[in-house]
Amino acid sequence: MTSKPNSQRPALEVMDVANAHSLLGGLGTLWRMTKIAFLTPWAATFAILATLVSSALQLMIPRLLGQAIDLTQTLAQDQSGGARTALMWTALMVLGVSALRGLFTTFQNYYSEAVNHYTGVELRLRYYEQVQRLSFGFHDTVHSGDLITLGLLDLDGARQFFSTGLARIVLLAVLIGFGGAMLLRTDFTLGLMALSFVPVVGWFSSISQLRLRLTWRDLQDRMAVLSRVMEENLGGIRVVRAFGAGDHELDKFDAASGKALTLAHDRVDIRVRSTGIMTLSFLAAMGLVLWIGGEKVMAGTMSVGTLTAFLTFMTILQMPVRQLGLLVNSFARTSTCGARVFAFLDLQPAVSSPSDAPDLQLSDITLRFDNVDFAYPAAPDVPVLRGLSFSARKGETIGIIGPPGSGKSTLAHLIPRYYNLTGGRISIDGQDIAQVSLSSLRRAAIVVAQDVFLFTTTLENNIAYGEPRACVEAIERAADDAQIHNHIDDLDARYHTLVGERGASLSGGQRQRLTIARALLPKPSILIFDDSTAAVDAATEARLRAALQAGAADRVTLIVAHRLNSLQHADRILVLDQGRLVETGTHADLLAQHGRYRALYDLQTNAEDREGT
Amino acid sequence: MSDHATPLTLRAVVGSHRPEEELFGSVYDPAIIRRIGAFVRPYRREFLISVVAVLIFTLTQLAVPMIIRHAIDKGVMAGPAGMGVLRLSLLAFAVTIAVNFIASHVQETVVGKAAENVLFDIRRAMFAHLQRVSLSFMDKTEVGRLMSRLQGDVGSMQEFLETSVLSVGDIVLLFGIVTLMLYLDVELGLITLAVLPVLFVVRLYWLPLARDAFIKAHQTNSAVNGALAEGIHASRTVQAMGREGVNASLYRDKVLANLATHLHAARLAQVLVPVVDTLTGLSMALVVVLGGSMVLDRQLDVGVMVAFLFYIQRFFDPIRSLTIQYSVMQRAMASGQRLIEVLDVPVSVVDAPGAMDLDQTDGSVEFDHVTFGYNPSQPVLHDLTFRVEPGQTVALVGPTGSGKSSAMALIHRFYDVTSGTVRIGGQDVRQVTQASLSRQIAMVLQEPYLFTGTVLENIRYNTTTASREAVIAAATALGADAFIRALPQGYDTMLGERGGSLSTGQRQLLSFARALVADAPILVLDEATASVDSATEQVIQHALRTLLKGRTGLVIAHRLATVRHADKIMVLQAGRLVESGTHGQLLAQAGLYAKLYRANYASFDDIEGGV
Repeated sequence: MTSKPNSQRPALEVMDVANAHSLLGGLGTLWRMTKIAFLTPWAATFAILATLVSSALQLMIPRLLGQAIDLTQTLAQDQSGGARTALMWTALMVLGVSALRGLFTTFQNYYSEAVNHYTGVELRLRYYEQVQRLSFGFHDTVHSGDLITLGLLDLDGARQFFSTGLARIVLLAVLIGFGGAMLLRTDFTLGLMALSFVPVVGWFSSISQLRLRLTWRDLQDRMAVLSRVMEENLGGIRVVRAFGAGDHELDKFDAASGKALTLAHDRVDIRVRSTGIMTLSFLAAMGLVLWIGGEKVMAGTMSVGTLTAFLTFMTILQMPVRQLGLLVNSFARTSTCGARVFAFLDLQPAVSSPSDAPDLQLSDITLRFDNVDFAYPAAPDVPVLRGLSFSARKGETIGIIGPPGSGKSTLAHLIPRYYNLTGGRISIDGQDIAQVSLSSLRRAAIVVAQDVFLFTTTLENNIAYGEPRACVEAIERAADDAQIHNHIDDLDARYHTLVGERGASLSGGQRQRLTIARALLPKPSILIFDDSTAAVDAATEARLRAALQAGAADRVTLIVAHRLNSLQHADRILVLDQGRLVETGTHADLLAQHGRYRALYDLQTNAEDREGT
Repeated sequence: MSDHATPLTLRAVVGSHRPEEELFGSVYDPAIIRRIGAFVRPYRREFLISVVAVLIFTLTQLAVPMIIRHAIDKGVMAGPAGMGVLRLSLLAFAVTIAVNFIASHVQETVVGKAAENVLFDIRRAMFAHLQRVSLSFMDKTEVGRLMSRLQGDVGSMQEFLETSVLSVGDIVLLFGIVTLMLYLDVELGLITLAVLPVLFVVRLYWLPLARDAFIKAHQTNSAVNGALAEGIHASRTVQAMGREGVNASLYRDKVLANLATHLHAARLAQVLVPVVDTLTGLSMALVVVLGGSMVLDRQLDVGVMVAFLFYIQRFFDPIRSLTIQYSVMQRAMASGQRLIEVLDVPVSVVDAPGAMDLDQTDGSVEFDHVTFGYNPSQPVLHDLTFRVEPGQTVALVGPTGSGKSSAMALIHRFYDVTSGTVRIGGQDVRQVTQASLSRQIAMVLQEPYLFTGTVLENIRYNTTTASREAVIAAATALGADAFIRALPQGYDTMLGERGGSLSTGQRQLLSFARALVADAPILVLDEATASVDSATEQVIQHALRTLLKGRTGLVIAHRLATVRHADKIMVLQAGRLVESGTHGQLLAQAGLYAKLYRANYASFDDIEGGV
């Protein structure tokens, strides 16, 4: 129970440092995201083409409107039917261009969005697969909350790269590039004035978005502290009430809440400061154009239509230019979030079998430990098992006992190869477990874990977890052997009763027995109980033992326990101490030896008597 | 729900399915507005200022095309005489943009901060309320559900508060544009505005469709996220049972379903774009043809035509924002409803008027004909009468559901009795202040509960006056000092989530130390059932005896050793006191206790179906 290495969280933090801070790493991430986006080449290409067309159409509108204004002017002195026809044609062009622009904007938005979602699907599937693939050693060192954040928030931040990054670049390049060129060609000075707001708005928008991006993480962290304060309070409300600590808790809340609020206010300031300047610079440029353009019109060097075209163009350009900041934000977000996601996806599982590894061939079922050494990957300097050798044959039940930290649970976890050995060899029927396919090994050897994990679904689905295609009869038989069938039978919805939050509440013992049923269903050849009957009462445990006896002849059974009566019936008992096998024998043999087993026995049976004195 | 049509039924799902909460409520609910309004009231000055600012801001937006029109018609087109007008117009333009800048700055800053304040206030009010509501509410409500109130629902109020001020501006902008267009030229105004109703009708038809699509996308999102979270939490079980393949394919199904709903929602979101653009194009075309002809006929100034073109490009914006605001309001009403539900959870245990502080007690505990039920019609304790003398240790035993925990909860007045009286030091617990009552009683719960923070903070907890030395002394007395000092930073070691890095036994010792530091004359302790190894068990037994020394102790006992050390054992069954006496006396009685004892159960609790 205490033998697990202290959980620290190096893996994800290393990933942060390694990737986020190098420019090259950032570009690499963006390139990989781009490649994923183009996994659906037709959607991505179509989105980009539609963006090109819609922004080009967008640029035509100011010209058409300017042209219309000029038509009303030039022909004013020379009234003829031609002017009205020309106006009619211009109007039709305006209508047609607007309609087409709407259509292509729809394509642009929809396909960009679709590419985001396809990217999301791709990343999600890879992520899920990776979660299931990485070995126990990885999950020991990483906080599950961090993995969830990575898989939800970071993944979501990265997946939107196409629409917020790639497609937007195209849009801005066309609007600013072509639109700017058109203005400058028409009238260079006035064009410069009309475009003068672009660098200002681009700069402030980028700066503020970057600052918002930086403070965003900070705000999330502060909100996480606040959430934790609330969550711990609500989860431990009985402790809070028992100690009359409501005021104390409110102080904690206020401190955390105050910190978050201060930052939220700062963020309002960051946002407002830049939007104000952006609008100001835009309107100032407009005023400038109106002034100089107005004087030019009066001097007769420019038509009023051209002036209108300039002003209209500016209004069209305003929104996309403001989005320059979002573009910067998108690149920053994608390179940091994406780097974290890719760093996780690139991890190689420590435990894996080559794709051509043969399946485990079972014959007479002999389990052998040869000189096994082991240390946890997180603490390679702390040996947990040292030179452990023993073997077990079909039909045998082996008990394993030892003080906390002696390595007894670890031993159980090595058989289905949750971890790689540091030295020695474990074999089943002569085949090294490291040389056979993992899936066949784990079908053959099942550990009933100490920590019960039940899924929020029906009892039936929980029992059938390892064999979802099992028939009802098999499920009920496994439940019956595990001494849980009668209880389930009494429930209203029987095997369809839901477990968890809104379902049946089960006692610790019942949960353990459910887990045992789950392990029994696939009929493993090697069945390992890792202290998994601790919460089952003695009488039920005795019935359980009797029920398991029937199947025991066809398998190897290992029982790890710290309660002696759980394993004193074993054919052989191994006593571990500090990772070494110190005593072996039957219950009676070991008692007679007057060694550690005997000492443990005396401690457990006489404890109360000694305390009583 | 999960049965796939495979030849053999696949009994497998990934991720749990919990029913979704309503996303949208009615658009306007006066009761909710009134309650939320109470939180806005302290900031009414701020909100008033921002409404004024947003109105000024909107007016400047409306003014810009008018100034351009003026500059063109009265300046640019008026020949050399117009130069003065042009200059004047430019001055007006400069003033307008300065006002625009200031107004937008004031408005956004003030409303942004005020909205943040309001929602932090709402959250605090809810949190403070939850500290006082009846425990039976807390017992039957999941923490996750409350958290989604405190976070998600509060968050959606923020969006509402910020945008509602902007909506005032949008409405003014819309009416302003219409008015100005009609003012500039009634005929041309009416013709171009004729497209507006079309847009409204289309939007109204579109809105419910879009909302359905939005809800579906939201639901499939939660399903995918739930499945991922489960996969992460269960990674060990998944690998141990070889479920990777089945899970991957079930997860893929969920992800693809999510994709389909999102694509559908995206299609719906985009379908209006060409409609709006075509209508804008139509309006502009009308201005070009009709306005253009009028200019040719000298019935209209060219500047008016320019102004029209500007206004047309703007007038679909407020319509779009307002329809978005409609959804925001519906979401805010649904959230507001849930916030109010939390704020309205009754507080059943309150200090009686004129309740006195319970200062000095002898530490006696007395139950006088106590009957109690969480639901008064279903009592879990029946006419329970007993007295614990000062300094005595009493062990409560009995099968699960016999009412032990309920009896203990009544001592601290977590609930009020249905009838009868609970007395501490001879005083009815209902007649004293709750704050003073909790100073007389220290409690140790069955599950040791640790908070994020250092070991020191956890032991000290609410007894903030306790010195570092006092904390160390308590830990030393309980035999916890050695393991604490062995931690990386000793007493200043930060404990992870729920004390994750500590063993079960160590967590228990810390919760004992917390009670010892609180130093109350009465100790109520629910013994942990989790099994620990024999050596740890002995340390805990020793610590328990230290803790009970010199105090009145009531212990819900699961361990034989604890029971045998008690001065008195009380056996509860189905809410009644059935036996009481010393270990020897009870064995001699050959009743329920003797039966339990002889069965040699590891714990008195885990007995299938009672005895």
